[in-house]
Amino acid sequence: MSAIENKLVGPVSEELALVQAAKRGDDSAFEELVRRYDRNVFRIAQHITQNREDAEDVVQEAFLKAYGNLAQFQEQSKFYTWLVRIAVNEALMKLRRRRPERTVSLDEEIKTEDDSLPREIADWSPNPEQQYNQSELREILSKTIQGLPPGFRTVFVLRDVEGLSTEETAAALELSVPAVKSRLLRARLQLRERLGRYFQKRESGDGNQ
Amino acid sequence: MKCSDFLQELTNYLDGVLDETTKTELENHLSWCHNCYVVCDTTKKTIQIYRDSLPYELPDDLRTRLRSAIMSKCQQQKKRGPQSV
Repeated sequence: MSAIENKLVGPVSEELALVQAAKRGDDSAFEELVRRYDRNVFRIAQHITQNREDAEDVVQEAFLKAYGNLAQFQEQSKFYTWLVRIAVNEALMKLRRRRPERTVSLDEEIKTEDDSLPREIADWSPNPEQQYNQSELREILSKTIQGLPPGFRTVFVLRDVEGLSTEETAAALELSVPAVKSRLLRARLQLRERLGRYFQKRESGDGNQ
Repeated sequence: MKCSDFLQELTNYLDGVLDETTKTELENHLSWCHNCYVVCDTTKKTIQIYRDSLPYELPDDLRTRLRSAIMSKCQQQKKRGPQSV
């Protein structure tokens, strides 16, 4: 089995040139940064908030905050990682406002390591996603990821869906690298187990014997 | 390697950051332990399915609307001068 490739998000030097131009007051450079990352921020926000209107607000608020605080941005880190940190905080704030009865933080539900040990081992069909049409599959994926605690969901989305490195994810969430790895493992295993309900091999014969 | 060791290393393995010795031990374990093989394979599929599906696309019209709202709010902010946001 080979490792899973990560997506890359634009050349860093080009990004830095845009950031420096934007800092000097060039709004078209900032607009280019918006163009470059708005889809990513929207996806991250929607994954965290699970609400489209909130995600739209997060996109606006995150870029506006980035714009207002550009002078404070230290150029040692990537602009995108910094932007993601702002967006994640905005998204978690939305979630807190929407669910005031629950404390929402990245630190919740940190229990012992063995609570995510696989209980369900059954194998999946060879191409499980093809058992469903596109909208059914989206519904399944969305419902499944909603079941994860926000702290796990956020790590999974940044690392596995958006393709940030472990170090970038740690920087964006202000977590340690081991904390990111441990949450990622548990998020992946929990999602795997939940998806298994839909994707498992059916034992009943389908008349081909 | 035991099944619990395999699980400890699963994330590093899927991310391709294991050293050669551990990777060989892990692959040796997978060659005879069917349960761990299934867990590894289905976890990999889980990641791939989420990565390929990208369920929350930003439609072009909404994208344009959001971007112009952002840029006009940025202009307003600039006119008002530096402040905390």
